Parts: sequence; C-alpha cells; structure tokens
Amino acid sequence: MSEPRAATLAGDESGLVSEAKAGNYAAFEELVNRYEKKIYRLGVNITGSPEDAEDVLQDTFLKAFEHLSEFREDSRFYTWIVRIAVNEALMKLRKRRSSKEVPFEETEDQDGEVLIRDYADWKPNPEQTLAREEVEQILRNAIQALPPGFRTVFYLRDVEGLSTEETAQLLNLSIGAVKARLFRGRLRLREELSKVLKRG
Amino acid sequence: MKCRNAVSELSNYLDGELDDELKMTIQAHLGKCHHCHAVFDTTRKTIDLYCDGKLFPLPEDVRARLHDALRRRAQRV
Repeated sequence: MSEPRAATLAGDESGLVSEAKAGNYAAFEELVNRYEKKIYRLGVNITGSPEDAEDVLQDTFLKAFEHLSEFREDSRFYTWIVRIAVNEALMKLRKRRSSKEVPFEETEDQDGEVLIRDYADWKPNPEQTLAREEVEQILRNAIQALPPGFRTVFYLRDVEGLSTEETAQLLNLSIGAVKARLFRGRLRLREELSKVLKRG
Repeated sequence: MKCRNAVSELSNYLDGELDDELKMTIQAHLGKCHHCHAVFDTTRKTIDLYCDGKLFPLPEDVRARLHDALRRRAQRV
C-alpha cells in the first residue's frame, strides 16, 4: 500500500479521490478519516440507535470503496457519501418493523394546525448555567424523542446545513413536505428542551 | 396579525425566506406579543444548540472496527 502524497494530505480532496481511484488505499483511508465522525453522527441522528449507526458507518464506507470508480466527481466526495449514508440509514429504519417508532413515510405532514403548548421563555444561557455534559444529554434525549421523519429533516437542514432542495432530493420528498417536517421538528424539539430549560 | 399566523411563518422567518412586508409584519407582532416572541426566540436557540454538531462522538472501538473492515475489504482487491 502506498502512502498519499504530501500535497494530497495537505487538503486536496480531488487529488485524494484520484489517488484512491487509482488504487492507493492510504488515500482512501485519509478520506475516511476526514468524514467518519460526521457519517457516524448522521447515522445516530437518523436511526436513533448507536448499533444501527455503526452499520450505517461501515456500509457507507464499504460501498464508497467498492463503487469509487462510479463517483463522477461532479459533486464533493462528502456530498456523495452523505447520499449513500442517508440511503443506508433510511433502509435501517424501514427494516425495523418491530419498532414502536413512527415509520419514516408515515410521519404527519403539512396538514393540521400546529398547537403551541408552551410559551415559556428559557433561562438565559443554558450552556453556561448547566454542565456541558448535562446540556448534551438533554439535546440527545430531545432529538431521539422526535419521530424519524422529523429528526432526519432537522438533522440534514439544521445540523448538516443542506438546502431545502438538497434535502428534498435526498429523501425523495416534496419541498413542501421538507418545510413542513422541519417546521414541526423544530417546534417539537423546542418543546422537549423547554421542559428542562424554561425559567423557574 | 394573529399569533397562529405568525407561528405558521416561524420556520420561513428563521430561514430568511419571507418577503420584506411579511417580515416586518411579523417583527411588529413579535414586538407586542411576549408569547410569540418567546416561541421564536427559543426556537432559534434550539437550532443554535444543535448547530455545532458535536453530539454523538464516534467511539474509538467503532472507529477501529470500521478501519478493520475496510482494510480486510481492500486486501481482497
């Protein structure tokens, strides 16, 4: 196995992709090192399960390795593997028939008015008044309490920073459905967080 | 503007997707309505809290198994 050249290690992603396509495993490994944390997080966020996230992580990079020659480089490498990872994660959700979670496709959508049950303001700066681990646990619990269809859209739009159009394309949803799920997902998360972060 | 109309535009407002007229109407409503102001403000804070993407760190053993699986696959090529 040859080492990636110094120039590619310094940050030239397309150079790393070219070397990996030419059979340089170290170049492929460098691409994995760059994105493994993000793909794992994506897996946990969409599936809600660390075990499934590990499968998503492995299957994503194994597929990327096997199909690298098919990557046409008209988008970033990261965009290409996010697409693979989202598909893997959605397959996990669909296979989980015994789950009590709301299936992705059956998440409530545009119809029906959103009812705000809690108008409370929050304590100032929860990040400063609570321990960091405590805030992180609260955030983890809240996002995992969301139906998968909501948390997937929330994660892709608000954490990954994808556009509405990119999210719609990835999830095979209409623009309206993405907006509706984002809206409801944001409000549901806010409501979950309000339970612990609201003033006195 | 009624509260429910303001809240229905919350996501579009936070994403900067409203025309100037509707944006100003909502801002005027938020200036008068403490409830809606709190909902808009805490929803923005919700997004901000998740934005840094640091939740769910990759465990070292999971990373090690990933790299083992990839190396085994590469050796078969």
